[in-house]
Amino acid sequence: MKEDAAELYRQREKRVNDAIALRVPDRVPIEVLFGFFPAKYSGMTIEEVMYDPDKLFDAQLKVLLEFQPDMDQGPFAIRFLGPLLEALDFKQLKWPGHGMTTDHTYQFVEGEYMTADEYDHFLLDPSDFMVRKYWPRVCGNLKGLEKLAPLHGVITYYMGFNLSIAPFSLPEVAEALAAMQKAGAEAARIAAHSRRYTQKAREEGFPMQTGAFTQAPFDTLGDFFRGTKGLMLDMYRRPDKVIKACEKLLPIMFETAINATRMSGNPRVFIPIHKGLDGFMSEEQFKRFFWPTLQELMQGLIKEGCNPCPLWEGDCTSRLPIIKDIPAGKACYAFEATDMSKAKEILGETVCLRGNVPLSLLIAGTLEDVRAYCKELIDVCGRGGGFIMDSATGLDDAKPENVKAMFEFTREYGVY
Amino acid sequence: MNDKLVHLMADLKEKETIAFVKELIKEGADPREVLDSTRAAMEIVGKRFEKEEYFIPDLVMAGEIMKGISEIVKPLLKKGESSLKKGRVLIGTVAGDIHDIGKDIVTFMLDVSGFDVLDLGIDVPASTFVEKTREFEPRVVGLSGFLTLAFDSMKKTVEALEKAGLRDRVKVMIGGGQIDEEVRRYVRADAYGKDAVAAVNLCRQWIGGRS
Repeated sequence: MKEDAAELYRQREKRVNDAIALRVPDRVPIEVLFGFFPAKYSGMTIEEVMYDPDKLFDAQLKVLLEFQPDMDQGPFAIRFLGPLLEALDFKQLKWPGHGMTTDHTYQFVEGEYMTADEYDHFLLDPSDFMVRKYWPRVCGNLKGLEKLAPLHGVITYYMGFNLSIAPFSLPEVAEALAAMQKAGAEAARIAAHSRRYTQKAREEGFPMQTGAFTQAPFDTLGDFFRGTKGLMLDMYRRPDKVIKACEKLLPIMFETAINATRMSGNPRVFIPIHKGLDGFMSEEQFKRFFWPTLQELMQGLIKEGCNPCPLWEGDCTSRLPIIKDIPAGKACYAFEATDMSKAKEILGETVCLRGNVPLSLLIAGTLEDVRAYCKELIDVCGRGGGFIMDSATGLDDAKPENVKAMFEFTREYGVY
Repeated sequence: MNDKLVHLMADLKEKETIAFVKELIKEGADPREVLDSTRAAMEIVGKRFEKEEYFIPDLVMAGEIMKGISEIVKPLLKKGESSLKKGRVLIGTVAGDIHDIGKDIVTFMLDVSGFDVLDLGIDVPASTFVEKTREFEPRVVGLSGFLTLAFDSMKKTVEALEKAGLRDRVKVMIGGGQIDEEVRRYVRADAYGKDAVAAVNLCRQWIGGRS
C-alpha cells in the first residue's frame, strides 16, 4: 500500500470510529450507499453491472475516487447477481432481462413464501422447512428438492438411511443438486471479486463501511417468508407463533452477522430495518413483536465487540425513546425520514446518528437546497460529534452535481 | 344500522364479527343494512387511523374482515342493489416500479369510502394511464411509486396526460415512500398524500361526498 494511502486509511477509520464512539472527530465523516448510482454515472446499464464484474468494478472505483467518501461499500454481493440468480432461476427478484428492462434496478417480489399453516414446520426445524419447502418456491431450479424426505430423519443406518436417503436418487433431485453446484460456483465468483475490490479500495486508502449483514428477526420473517400483509395479519391471528418464529430466527441472524465479521475482520454490521417504522405497527406491537429480538441481536453483537449499524427506513420518530435502550457509544443509527433534531435530542448521548439528505432533494432540488439541508444537519446533529453525513437512502437516481454538492459542503463546513 | 356490529368490526374483532354477521343473516337481517353497518365501522377505522390510534396493520385487518363479510352478504344482494358510487378514481403504480402494498391500501380505502376505483396494477406505462383515463373518465388519477425511479415515471405520466389533452379533466395525486412536496413540484401533480387517509381526503375535496 502506498504510504499516503495507508495514512488516509488510518485517518478515515479513526474519523468514523470516533463518530461511532461519540467522540469528536476532525470533521463530520461522510458515507453513502451508492446503490446503482455508479452504473448510471459511468453510462452503463443496470444489466451490464449485474452481469459484468469488470464493469461493476470500474464503475464503483470511479465514484469512490471521484467522490472520496470516508468509507466505501463493496458492490459485488448485492450488484453482481445476474449469473447466480439465473443459475437458481430465482423468483424473489425481478431484474434486467427477467421481468425488468435493462435500465431498471432489480426489485423484490413480495409473497407468502411460507403459508400461515406452515409455522409449525418452520418452528420444528427451519433448515428442513427451507430446503424442502422454501427453496423450491423461491428458486425454480431447486423445485426437485420438494421430493426429499425430512432431512432430520436421516439419523443412522437403521433410522432414516433407507427411506430418507432414497429420494436423492430421483432425477428431479439430481437436477436441483446440479443447479446448486452451479450456483455455488457463481457465489464463489462473487466472493472472489468482493475480495479483489476490498483490496483495491484499501490500496487507495478507503476502508469498508461494514463487514457483515443481518436483519431484525421480524423483518426476515416478513420480508422473505410471510410477506408484509401476511405478517401484519399474523399479529392478530397467531401472535404467539410470530413471537416464537422471531425467537427461532434470532440466533440465526446473530450467527450470520458474527461469521461474516470474523471473515472480513470488520466489526461494523449493516442491519436494514423494514417493518418497524411509524405507521407500520402500533407502539404496543413494536414493543411486543419487533423490538425485543432486534434489541437482543444488537446487544449480543455489541458483547462480541461489533458495532450494529441499523438503517431505520421510513419515519421512526415515535420509536426513538424505545430504541434508545442500548449500550452507549457502540451503535450507529442511520435514519431515512425520521426527525433528526428529535433523534439528536433523544439518542445523542447513546448512539451515533447517520443520515439523511432526502433523495427528493438529490434528484429534484437545487444545489442550494442540498447545501442548506446539509448545513442544518451539521449544525443540529453534528454538534459535539456522533454524526455521519449520508443520503436518506441509496443514491441510485441522484443527480451527480447534487451529490457532489453534498460531499464538498460536508468536507468544508463539517470541520470541527 | 346495527351498533353491536359496528363496534365489533371497528374494534377489529374478526372472529366475533364474522360469527355475528352469520347470525344476523340467519335471523333474516337485511343484507343492505349489514353492509351499511360495515361501512359505518370502516369510517370509525379511518378516523382512528387519522388520530394515530390505528396503523397500517389495523387497516389491513379491517380489510380482511370486510372481505369476510362481503363473501357472506354479496350473494344475497339483488342485482343493481350495490350502492351508488361517488366518483371515479384511476390508480396504479407507475412504470418501472412493482411495489403495491401502499397502492393496495389506498385502493381499498377509496373503495370502502364509496369511490369507484379502477386499479391498473403495477409497472403501468404512461400510455396505459392515458388510454384508461380516456375510457374510464376518472375525476382523479392516483400515481403510486416506492423507488426513486418513480419520480421520472410520474413526471412522464403527467406529461403524457398533458399531451393527450386530458390533464385539465383530472386531478393528479401522487404518493409513496420517497414522495414529498419537492417531488410533487417536479412531477407537476396537484397534490401528494402521505397515507391512504390523505388520499381519501383529497378525493373528497376534489369530488365531494360525505365526510
